[in-house]
Amino acid sequence: MFQRLPHVIRERFIVQVDGHPVDAYEGETILSALLSGKGFVRHFEFRSERRAGFCLMGACQDCWLWHVSGERVRACTERVTPGMRLATSQPGGTR
Amino acid sequence: MSSDGPIVIIGAGPAGISAAKTLAGAGERPLVIDENACPGGQIFRRPPPAFARSETQLYGFDASRARRLKSTFEAIAPSIEYQAETFVWSIEDRRLHLSTAGTLKSISFGRILLATGAMDRIIPIQGWTAPGAFSLGAAQIALKAQANFIGRRVVFIGTGPLLYLVAYQYAKAGANVIAVLDSSRPFSKIMALPALLTDISNLSRGLFYVGQLLLRGVKVQTAIAPIEIVTSDRGVTGIRYEQGAQQRQLDCDAVAIGYGLKAETQLADLLGLSFHFDRHQRQWLPVTDGAGRTSVPHVYIAGDGAAVRGSEVAEWEGELAALSLLEDMGRGAQKRAAVLRGRIDSLSPFRRALDEHLFPLPHQFAVAISDQTTICRCEGITAGQIRETVATMGEADINRIKSFSRLGMGRCQGRVCSAAACELIAATACVDISVPGRLRGQAPLKPISLSVLAGGGR
Repeated sequence: MFQRLPHVIRERFIVQVDGHPVDAYEGETILSALLSGKGFVRHFEFRSERRAGFCLMGACQDCWLWHVSGERVRACTERVTPGMRLATSQPGGTR
Repeated sequence: MSSDGPIVIIGAGPAGISAAKTLAGAGERPLVIDENACPGGQIFRRPPPAFARSETQLYGFDASRARRLKSTFEAIAPSIEYQAETFVWSIEDRRLHLSTAGTLKSISFGRILLATGAMDRIIPIQGWTAPGAFSLGAAQIALKAQANFIGRRVVFIGTGPLLYLVAYQYAKAGANVIAVLDSSRPFSKIMALPALLTDISNLSRGLFYVGQLLLRGVKVQTAIAPIEIVTSDRGVTGIRYEQGAQQRQLDCDAVAIGYGLKAETQLADLLGLSFHFDRHQRQWLPVTDGAGRTSVPHVYIAGDGAAVRGSEVAEWEGELAALSLLEDMGRGAQKRAAVLRGRIDSLSPFRRALDEHLFPLPHQFAVAISDQTTICRCEGITAGQIRETVATMGEADINRIKSFSRLGMGRCQGRVCSAAACELIAATACVDISVPGRLRGQAPLKPISLSVLAGGGR
């Protein structure tokens, strides 16, 4: 789990991940919010395995998840917005 | 080839900014394209304004350089074009294909200067795909750009100066740093290396970081070999390693892994540059003339994307490559170029001492990776599968191994795994490390959704 630095004060809001509320702060990436609240970003396609990204700089491509509408989103480069609804498995997919 | 069209710089780190300043100073109006939201590159990443951390908190000894680069960029901003959050996903026929937040655009260019930087070099170990295991660069980005620690109890493992720097930055910001585990034994060698005295300020900084870590009670162990990252189904719970004949285990919930840096060369590859295998850095690097020119006319390169030499040298190289570009346009500044070459050369003994003696790449670790360890994170290909492919097919070319095994075929195109995979292939096939070659870059260099490609945007 990520740990937020205590002295940094920002505006807090909620994003929905797999239908559950997760705390997020203004300026955070989706990855930061998910790893601070949920501890992982997605389920690996080929095995039962949780993934949480690796490089945080848009190189490893291991932190892609989904908007509930079905579009893919890379968690380490996309910022959270209030009311965002995300899914750690492909919406409508088998896993 | 014609050189009509704008001058494009790829990357707004130290090398790219310095090149842009030089070109703007000569009356050119370069277009600077950068993946990040703010200029500064990976080294001078900054958080969104809401985070309110000072430059001194963020960059320590480098704060004044961070401020200088930032004010340089602000000063030249009116004289350049700048496209942030934009990546080049393909290059063909002197056209760049760009993606900015899901919007695609193509532009033609006359000359191009690559300042694409570097990323961590990783040697996989069992458990490295679990939540809580990150690259060393990731640990630093979490702190600098997001004011996060990657965990509550963090272990830093690998080798290189960055290992100590990031551990120190974590400790200073209040993180619980459990240990720094270095595969090298730098402290036994410092005194025996007069080359280190050629850059006293960098040497003393390094010693300062180590001293601060020790003062804060952080365990610093050298000459270690990793065994595995211990995990539960939720993520990292510890790390096992060897030191001498002793096996040790530490509890932690996050591990940062880094064995120095590797140049980001996918664009250089798409542009058709010649590469050579650099024995000192043990990686394939674009061939240059030592002043930023490449094997392809009108294509220039500077900074860690040309060869990993650090951000100070990157700044000089950016200026030097820009001067070469101007000279090729018939506007020489040879005196200044000679000064820059002198400066860059003066630091090369230091860099060589770091790479070869203080923090040598423990490539033998890649050879010792257990069969069940994942090498290719994207496709879930294990060391055992790679060994088997090499043995059954009698192949040692990484591109052939890729087509047989799917190694490096995933979304990252082998950025993360190819360095270790080459070591593994070479060792299994009993051939020199240069024989596996390098994975060919392919467009799109990073994923783009089909709806965007089809023109739908989002």
